[in-house]
Amino acid sequence: MTGRTNALDVIDLTAGYGRIEVLHSVSFSVPVGAVVALLGPNGAGKTTTLNCISGVLSPTSGHVHLNGHHVNGAAADKLARAGLCTIPEGRGIFPNLTVTENVSLFAFASQTSPKDIEERTFTQFPRLQERRSQLAGKLSGGEQQMLAMARALSSDPAMLLLDELSMGLAPKIVEDLYEIVADIGRQGISVLVVEQFARRALAVAQLGIVMVQGRITAVGEPADIYDELSAAYLGGAA
Amino acid sequence: MTNFVTFTVIGIVVGATYAIAASGLVLTYATSNVFNMAHGAVGMFMTFLYWEVSVNQGWPVWVALPFVLGIAAPAMGLLLERVMMRRLTQADVTISLVVTVGLLVALIGVAQTIWPPAGRNIEQFFNGDAVSFGIVRVSAHQFITMGVALAVAFGLYVLLNRTRIGTAMRAVVDNRELLALHGARPNLLSGLAWALGSSLAALAGILLAPQLTLDYTTLTFLVVSAYAAAMVGRLKSLPKTFVGAIVLGLLINYATWAYISLPKSVLTSDFGQVIYGVKNSLPTIFLLLVMLALPQEKLRIGRISGTKLPKLPSWPVALAWSAVFIVGTYLLTGQFGDANNSRFGQAMCLPLIMLSLVLLVGYGGDVSLMQLSFVGMGVLVAARGFTIPGTGIGFHPQVSVLSIVTAFLLTAMIGAIVAVPALRLRGLYIGLGTLALAAAIDRIVFNTKLLGFGNEGSTVNANRPGWLQSEQSFAMAVVVAFVVMGLMVLSIRRGKYGRILLATRDSQAACATLGFSTTITRVAVFAVSAGLAGVAGVFFAGEHISVSTYDVFFFKSLPLLLFATVFGVTSISGVLVGGLVYGLIGYAPTTVGNLASVVLLLGILLLGGNPNGLVGLIFEQARKVPLPWRRGGLPVEAEPYPTHNPARSALEAPVGTA
Repeated sequence: MTGRTNALDVIDLTAGYGRIEVLHSVSFSVPVGAVVALLGPNGAGKTTTLNCISGVLSPTSGHVHLNGHHVNGAAADKLARAGLCTIPEGRGIFPNLTVTENVSLFAFASQTSPKDIEERTFTQFPRLQERRSQLAGKLSGGEQQMLAMARALSSDPAMLLLDELSMGLAPKIVEDLYEIVADIGRQGISVLVVEQFARRALAVAQLGIVMVQGRITAVGEPADIYDELSAAYLGGAA
Repeated sequence: MTNFVTFTVIGIVVGATYAIAASGLVLTYATSNVFNMAHGAVGMFMTFLYWEVSVNQGWPVWVALPFVLGIAAPAMGLLLERVMMRRLTQADVTISLVVTVGLLVALIGVAQTIWPPAGRNIEQFFNGDAVSFGIVRVSAHQFITMGVALAVAFGLYVLLNRTRIGTAMRAVVDNRELLALHGARPNLLSGLAWALGSSLAALAGILLAPQLTLDYTTLTFLVVSAYAAAMVGRLKSLPKTFVGAIVLGLLINYATWAYISLPKSVLTSDFGQVIYGVKNSLPTIFLLLVMLALPQEKLRIGRISGTKLPKLPSWPVALAWSAVFIVGTYLLTGQFGDANNSRFGQAMCLPLIMLSLVLLVGYGGDVSLMQLSFVGMGVLVAARGFTIPGTGIGFHPQVSVLSIVTAFLLTAMIGAIVAVPALRLRGLYIGLGTLALAAAIDRIVFNTKLLGFGNEGSTVNANRPGWLQSEQSFAMAVVVAFVVMGLMVLSIRRGKYGRILLATRDSQAACATLGFSTTITRVAVFAVSAGLAGVAGVFFAGEHISVSTYDVFFFKSLPLLLFATVFGVTSISGVLVGGLVYGLIGYAPTTVGNLASVVLLLGILLLGGNPNGLVGLIFEQARKVPLPWRRGGLPVEAEPYPTHNPARSALEAPVGTA
């Protein structure tokens, strides 16, 4: 009986690879229209959590509710058509398609015409318009990440999952990208950001979740979880 | 002038059929990353099916054609995608080549079982009606062929570049998971591509068939021309593929024209045979030239292709097994009669040949589809002898230390020459290149009197040395050769060179950063492997005494690699079992042999592409049995390398409640 206030509920999620359990009964929620940052050091299980939500990985036990619907074990493509959009770690683009093709490809999920999607995207990301007929693989790292986000937005998602947005990018570019994330949040799309560089993500998030070794150690407003966060990164209790 | 126009028209028509076949190949490769060696075999099978329904069952063309192209071929494509290709998208090139080669062998086997060899013909469309344009007559069939090729070209171009489904099909190759994350169904898309690809293969086969009698291998290997055309477009670009196909079609026909214009005295001479071979090898020569023009493959960073190899036996264990094997076979062959010893010896030649694959494929991670050509060269050295012209220095045509050494040096040298251009490229291209080269060597060298055996089907004879005359003694010579060469391979593997080899196989980029020249390593291993195959050829000649061109037919390199891989190309015991099984199947009735190929194919699928093969699997299980002399009871079970990607299997998991 999940209320309509949460876009995503993760309840007692346990998952792993082979015999190794990575997540130990993880629970948290993402309210509708909120930007939530899932933070933690390397190997905390952040990406695994994300993979369980997006349907790429099947959890061993526990539940994932999307808009109140139980979605465990649903295939990734079904979830995507139901409005869940994921930008995976590392550039989530198709390097051998052009920028335009990358963007319009995902008219698949929605019923919008490719032309409308292109127009909307290119107004939001003028930089991409300049590069529209280039192969996506030839873009710079920042542009590729921008394209990944543009493409994600083109499918008009209800919820966006972002994995390691800042990976391998210059601080200035990361800043720009987080501006876009904040913008997306203001449009009413719920966002779950997974990030190692906590400060950047917390600046735009309404809620922070700290994860260490497959367990949630703190949940709260950005200001409240800083202590817990430094403990998580420095490896001891503050 | 008339000739020119006629040959141009025929060239364009032939090129058009190549284009249709090649576009199917490009389509499936571009959407699944699996190069289908069996593309031609699918076309062959469907052409036989078309013959069955239209000629044998007497269905009218307008029923038979839609049935084959619209139902049977797509169904086969879907089936192949579902049970086979889907598992191969992330697999090593060697594995996907071997599996599709297995499919090729199996399809020929099944076709031979359903439709036993007999003269079959397919009529041209519209009974060969023709229209005259001034000086040249163009048949309705030729018109249709050209029209169909144009329609296919246009249709595919629009599909792939102008429609969302087509764009998504291309996106499948880039990133299957990402595509699913955004709501497309990757499996459906690649299924569609394979269905379409099969139909195009069938279409090309049916259009080509009237010009030839229906034959298993001719149709299967006509697509070497399709490979050549597809290579012009680097297996990705459809427009370039079409241009390549037409150019090739014209080239072949102008060459035919030039050939028939040669004076009769040249044509009938020994040298004329070589020219004939060159003419018939044009598609493969074209393929090799295109490959030479391709830019060098860049080192790929961050890619580790390592697979777990079976445990190496220690020297005492290896020597003990060698002794047991030699003594055991000696006692056994003592009980056999001459006929059985001859069979056993001939079967033992196959593991001997496969040893060269252990080094190259098993340890080196490269692939070669021309091992039997090196064997053929070894045969020729043993059967023709070797004399330095004008000096009288050399040796008689006989199995001897001299012929073994010469065969090794000669084939190793040729192997090195072949390797230098081939190894600039990636595994797949090496596979295709070596296959093409093998086909060319067959026609230009083996099937000529000047350089090889003589006309297709001719035989050469080799003498055994006096003390190895009896069947038992020569069979034992093959056994000893296997043991000695096996120990040599093992010593290479155990030494410094072997470690460099494995490192090269696992990550070329990492090796390069450590200062090893991966090119030198790979050329050396290719050369040594060719040399071993050449030596095997000398024993092959001695064992068979009389060897025909059919024995070293290039096509037979494919089952060789197939059997080696299924039984375990990474271990000497694997190829021993694989080679013996392959050798002994040869004595079984044809149907059994054909069915065996199907069983083999299932075997590969069950193995899930494990290159250690069946024998490796058995050894792995056997090691888990606790035996009293094993210290510390059960050995620690090693975690396998993560060749299995959990994310992928999750994608294919059944859909829950969304």
